[in-house]
Amino acid sequence: MGIGSGRAHRLYHDLALVAVGIFVATPLLVTFLGGFKDQGELRANPFGLPSTLNLSNFAQILSQPDIWVYVGNSLVVAGMTVALTLIIGAMAAFAFAQIRFFGSRMLLNYVLLGMMFPFATAILPLFVRLRDFGLLNSYAGLVLPQVAFGLGFSILLMRSFFKQLPSELWEAAQIDGCSYAGFFWKVTLPLSTPILATVGVFVLVQSWNNFLLPLVVLNDESLYTWPIGIMQFQGEYNTEWSLILAFVTLTLIPAVIFFAFAQKYIVEGLTGGAVKG
Amino acid sequence: MTMLEASRSGRAPTRRPGLRARLMKSDRFVTAVVFLVPALTLFTLFVMMPIGEAAWYSLFRWNGFGAPTNHVGLKNFQMLMQMDAFHTALKNTGLIIFFSLIVQLPLGLYLALILSQKFRGVVLWRSLFFLPYILAEVATGLIWKFVYDGRHGLAAGITDALGVDPVYVLADQELAVYAVIVVLVWKFFGFHMMLYIAGLQNIPRDVVESAQIDGASWWQIARRIKIPMIAPVIKLSVFFSILGGLQVFDLVWSLTRGGPVNSSHTVVSFLYDFGIMRMRIGFGSAVGVVLFVVCVGFAFSYRRIFMKED
Repeated sequence: MGIGSGRAHRLYHDLALVAVGIFVATPLLVTFLGGFKDQGELRANPFGLPSTLNLSNFAQILSQPDIWVYVGNSLVVAGMTVALTLIIGAMAAFAFAQIRFFGSRMLLNYVLLGMMFPFATAILPLFVRLRDFGLLNSYAGLVLPQVAFGLGFSILLMRSFFKQLPSELWEAAQIDGCSYAGFFWKVTLPLSTPILATVGVFVLVQSWNNFLLPLVVLNDESLYTWPIGIMQFQGEYNTEWSLILAFVTLTLIPAVIFFAFAQKYIVEGLTGGAVKG
Repeated sequence: MTMLEASRSGRAPTRRPGLRARLMKSDRFVTAVVFLVPALTLFTLFVMMPIGEAAWYSLFRWNGFGAPTNHVGLKNFQMLMQMDAFHTALKNTGLIIFFSLIVQLPLGLYLALILSQKFRGVVLWRSLFFLPYILAEVATGLIWKFVYDGRHGLAAGITDALGVDPVYVLADQELAVYAVIVVLVWKFFGFHMMLYIAGLQNIPRDVVESAQIDGASWWQIARRIKIPMIAPVIKLSVFFSILGGLQVFDLVWSLTRGGPVNSSHTVVSFLYDFGIMRMRIGFGSAVGVVLFVVCVGFAFSYRRIFMKED
């Protein structure tokens, strides 16, 4: 804040921050506190602190084996999606960044085109296709389309990162008789951990939160991912809000912790892909 | 050819570079193929072909069993255009985009102008405003479903405390879509704010400082210097905002399922409800095709008109 920012402005800014802060924080706080209350107290006193530190809602949620199944499924699907996207995406990005070949530009544009396509347009044909492949109700039925739809973004980010690596590296490696694959594995990938982390974090969050695809692909409750599971739970418990809010809180805690650690990569992915690129 | 001439000139290590170059060339080709095939295959199988098939299926009346045989021409599209629920879905999607452009983006920009400066607690404010963006839309939907619940939720607590009649926002055909829009603003303004902050932090400091020395006010600096300088970022955030607005689904589904009486459907929730839930593959695909044409048409023309120089 320099000479130009007068006192009146400071006041407006502070007021705006506080007002928006209340707007953002209230639903989150009420959710968090609501999990500790019972139904009656939640109804009578939705804003205030809980009268007792009542953990029974959380205990009830955590003791349901289904919930651990949902979380496990989400973890497996997200893990497989991240691994596959990083491997396949990095290989393609490397080919686009490092190797000159006929049609390179055209193929790159082909893949990047996909970023503009609305996922919902593909969902019905995807359903038919996955059914014909026998992939409905399977991890692969979630992982493969997720990877395919994330490739454009991932290749875009990784390619521009690979291109910024100094070209002397490749010249030196060539003199030493290094193959493209060897260079990719021994030089490019180890130098690219920041971008791999950024892409990985993004793909992970997207897979973890994905709703439409599992909603269409999964029928078998033992394969439900947590967003489908929590919707099902809400359907069953309808307006037992103290229980539902406890469940939501339990899903928020890992998200917030993860965000605290991965914030750097999330913001980089947003801005690197958008602002600089 | 140059390689051949070099080897004819008869100096000692004649054949080696030629062989090596050829090896390099085949290595280059083989690597390119091996490295690209997995990505291109997956992309073609699970992105490109489904999009193409949507166009094909949209010409049939088909419940998904057997092969599509009942070719109905453009009937699905005709039917779609005559449905009131689809008109509502289009109108709601338009409203979502409209409010995200006139509320969400200015709010994000204003907060970014404040929070791109350095002061105590700035990181905390940024994180708080960005937090809703990282939550799953489904979780967000459930949180706000509680907030809006006029019988058992936060809304009930408020109306009780004020001693007025209960309000059922999500059950109101007029209000439901606006309730959804409030949640969308809540969830996404922080995303745009973060984009703007990144752009604002790239502005060279001396530009702003010299304006301050000249006595420019905070607002003048914002309007005449900072905002014009992040114009590319703003264009991009408008782009994201419209493209994202066209595809809103998770939040609507977890909040209202398009109800009451189809009053809060978006294009995608309409597609899900009338295409997927009822297994009308042809009809649903027709909705998908309309969505595709709008999205891609928008994306291409926007980039051509506004993002040419970037």
